[in-house]
Amino acid sequence: MEKRKQAAIREMKKVAEEIYNDLDGKQVPELEVPSRTKSNIEFDERHGVWKYGSNVTTRSATSLSGAQMLLRTIYTINFIKDMIEDGKSSTLRELYYISEGWEEGKFSSQNDSDKLAEDLEILTEHLREDMSLRPEEDGARVMGDLVVEEITRKGEKRRIHCQDDVGDSGYSIPYNVEKEKVKIRETGASLVMAVETGGMFDRLVENGFDESTGTILVHLKGQPARSTRRFIKRLNEEHKLPVVVFTDGDPWSYRIFASVAYGAIKTAHISEYLATPSAEYLGVTPSDIHNYELPTDDLTQGDISALQSELSDPRFNDDFWKNEIKLQLRMKKKSEQQALAKYGLDYVTDTYLPEKLAEMGYDT
Amino acid sequence: MRSIAEGLAKKQKEISVAEFFERNKQILGFDTSTRALITSVKEAVDNALDGCEEAGILPDVFVKIEDLGDDEYRLIVEDNGPGIVKKQIPHVFARLLYGSRFHSLKQSRGQQGIGISAAVLYAQLTTGQPAVVISKVGEGYPAHRRQLMIDTKKNRPDIIEDDMVHWDKPSGTRIELCTKGRYVRNTKHSIYEYLRSTAIVNPHARITLVEPDGEKTVFERATETLPEQPKEIKPHPYGIELGTFMKMAKQTDARKLTSFLKKEFSSVSHQKAKKILETAEVDASLTPQRLTLERAKRIVKAFGQVKLMSPATDCLSPIGELLIKRGLRKEMETLSPEFIATDKRSPAVFSGIPFLVETGVVYGGDLPRDERVELLRFANRVPLLYQEGDCVITEAVKDTNWRRYGLQQKGGSGMPRGPAIILVHVSSVNIPFTSESKEAIASVEEIQKEVKLSLQQCGRRMRSHLSKQKKKEKAKTKFILISKILPKIAEKAAETVGKPTPSIDDIIIKIMDIVWVDDSISYEDGITTVTVDVTNYKAKPQSFALYAALPDGGLVAGASPEPDEQAERYVRWNISKLQPAETVRLSLQLSELEDGDLDETELYVEGINPVNVIGVEKWEGT
Repeated sequence: MEKRKQAAIREMKKVAEEIYNDLDGKQVPELEVPSRTKSNIEFDERHGVWKYGSNVTTRSATSLSGAQMLLRTIYTINFIKDMIEDGKSSTLRELYYISEGWEEGKFSSQNDSDKLAEDLEILTEHLREDMSLRPEEDGARVMGDLVVEEITRKGEKRRIHCQDDVGDSGYSIPYNVEKEKVKIRETGASLVMAVETGGMFDRLVENGFDESTGTILVHLKGQPARSTRRFIKRLNEEHKLPVVVFTDGDPWSYRIFASVAYGAIKTAHISEYLATPSAEYLGVTPSDIHNYELPTDDLTQGDISALQSELSDPRFNDDFWKNEIKLQLRMKKKSEQQALAKYGLDYVTDTYLPEKLAEMGYDT
Repeated sequence: MRSIAEGLAKKQKEISVAEFFERNKQILGFDTSTRALITSVKEAVDNALDGCEEAGILPDVFVKIEDLGDDEYRLIVEDNGPGIVKKQIPHVFARLLYGSRFHSLKQSRGQQGIGISAAVLYAQLTTGQPAVVISKVGEGYPAHRRQLMIDTKKNRPDIIEDDMVHWDKPSGTRIELCTKGRYVRNTKHSIYEYLRSTAIVNPHARITLVEPDGEKTVFERATETLPEQPKEIKPHPYGIELGTFMKMAKQTDARKLTSFLKKEFSSVSHQKAKKILETAEVDASLTPQRLTLERAKRIVKAFGQVKLMSPATDCLSPIGELLIKRGLRKEMETLSPEFIATDKRSPAVFSGIPFLVETGVVYGGDLPRDERVELLRFANRVPLLYQEGDCVITEAVKDTNWRRYGLQQKGGSGMPRGPAIILVHVSSVNIPFTSESKEAIASVEEIQKEVKLSLQQCGRRMRSHLSKQKKKEKAKTKFILISKILPKIAEKAAETVGKPTPSIDDIIIKIMDIVWVDDSISYEDGITTVTVDVTNYKAKPQSFALYAALPDGGLVAGASPEPDEQAERYVRWNISKLQPAETVRLSLQLSELEDGDLDETELYVEGINPVNVIGVEKWEGT
């Protein structure tokens, strides 16, 4: 058994002990976990990312939901312990289904079991991978001048060049991108561009933007998976590649950028591991919508609330974001990145991106 | 109202009854073909029930509708009443306004109605067929079968055919009518609904309905006890109309005004009669029969100026809370309602006329959650199906704030919505209907107020039931917590750390921190048993008093332990130093109730913060 996994079991046992000791000492058992809300994230100077603050939520057995959480925690710890000892692993979805047999400890939705897995990460200070839990979603796609070395399921090392050895859909990032599985060998690229939509990723690939500009394109697939964010961070850290994020021009896309650059509220306990603080937002910005006269849609009520909520989100508390968000609230408009097709299919690669990158100080 | 009836009576001399009927179809309740059938059945059933009750017989009424094609139906209504003597049969069935007692005041169904003869006339006018009446007055008497029509010029009965038949019944009356109409079911305005509603407020009656398609429904009795016979009373001077007063003066056999007032009115003593006449400045020794209009006016005015006792109210025969509940429960059984609240007011008086309001609210079960509540209106045990919008009962329902009692109501007035049925019964010696068809009660302030007060009482019962349910529901989740989840946490945590399972008793008390009162009701061999378990889930011993309200109609047949106090409406136990985790069981046996009469025991506590006790309310005294 790997050392990290053994350590995770030890930490989980400590959680069980805490509950046991409460019971044995005639105290109502409880567990404290940091509150996972936007009001409880603080900037971590050392890592340059946003982490949980000091507010805690107490899961106490005085309430039905609290007691259920404790019971689920104990069951989950037992399950993970047995699973690791048997040399198996499971997906988060399987964890949810396994709980069918836990009677009163059954999860009511996968959202609950996913959250508990995150709680255990916080309580044990171990990643869920150390607990042999893996996500359902696969990582996103990569296209660019980059060589990775992956250990296949047969245990063989395989070198993959992310342009020459892959089809048009690129290299697929596995759920585990740690060094024991994936090594990033070499790259001739000078920039990483994270792209929100598959349509735009394919447009840039078709136009040969990766080759002509020496850019590694990473498809985010909406809100990016942990492995995608981890992979971007490793490209940034290990090969000193700058990262820019190219998304739609709406509040939800700004949150995608925030989770790449600052860390997501849900996973703030591992922000230093997932976030790339130097990542920059390229567009589409509300100013772009105005300057490039892009086709727009009206903001929905949900969009407006999301923008207002971002104004009070500490991650967006700088001049650039405040100005852009306020501008958008005034315009009451949003645009998709593919709206650039208004000026032709090559406009994005010939005009928009070069102009924006130059503005941000990159040579293309 | 009365004046309309009198007007009609007068007119009938001048025009033929057929013409009169045609002109007044609507106020007589024959304006649509659907309603004509319902009204015909209604008049016959009202007569049947009144007849049986007067004779002290438990009513068994049989109603059959046969489809004859071409929108013609044969209606058959048969009862087990005392029967009608041969000579009277034509007058009862084939003469309009026969036997209307204009100033007899007695709670009855027919009261001042046009009556069954209107149905006979309608049948005759629409199909040309005579009414067939069979009646037998007792064992050993023959059953007479008479076929009758109404001579519409003279308003006299025409006897078409007469014979004697064999009838197995000891006594009873049967009427058959062929009439035009339209038979509907599954709607609010239908014979089926009319009879179902009738069964609710006449729980002593068995009513059988055979519909045109052969479908047979029996509305069974909920009690074997006949209601008390209402007493006839004399009118009270308050609220008497001048015309009525003049007529009474003409018809009395008293020789002097003083004795006329004393004899023909209630609450008028010799002294009061003299005082009234003094106030009116009318000579007390005048003969009533020769009273001038001018003097009569002065006397009627003086009635209002002299303080008189309220009329006697023992002339009313209400249904009673228990029987309303039984009636509702029986007819609503398929909806399996969660709760039935009932209330009965004390008698009250408007314009010198005594009346009494009773109400009931059926809540929950399979009743639709978001629809307008159903309103069942009754006057003297007769369902009111039409003109809901014109009725004072409807006004009172709309005027009540139902949001306070757990129903939805836009703006706190208007018809409420939610899973409920509201029943209102008004009994009176003289119901002030808005018209002769007797479908809506006129807007009388006193009646509206009484209905509202009674509905509020039902509402309060409903609210306390709902809040008790809610509190119990909440506490139940804690029971799941301490009985299912906590032991499992202890077991699993011990398993993970490899140590023995710890005891959780003290933690249970810390988590619960309440006194739990759990009551259950069981019924066996005529005895209803209320069992109350009181468990102390607090960390310290608890002492307090627990009251159980005694339900309407129930008698205490036993209790354990011996209560510390037993009063008319409640029993009280003093619970002393109930130790943590200790349970005490109290029980109460009640007789005189039927299975299901008691669906919830009202429990109260005193001497402890009621917030800490689940399943009870705060004792506010009696």
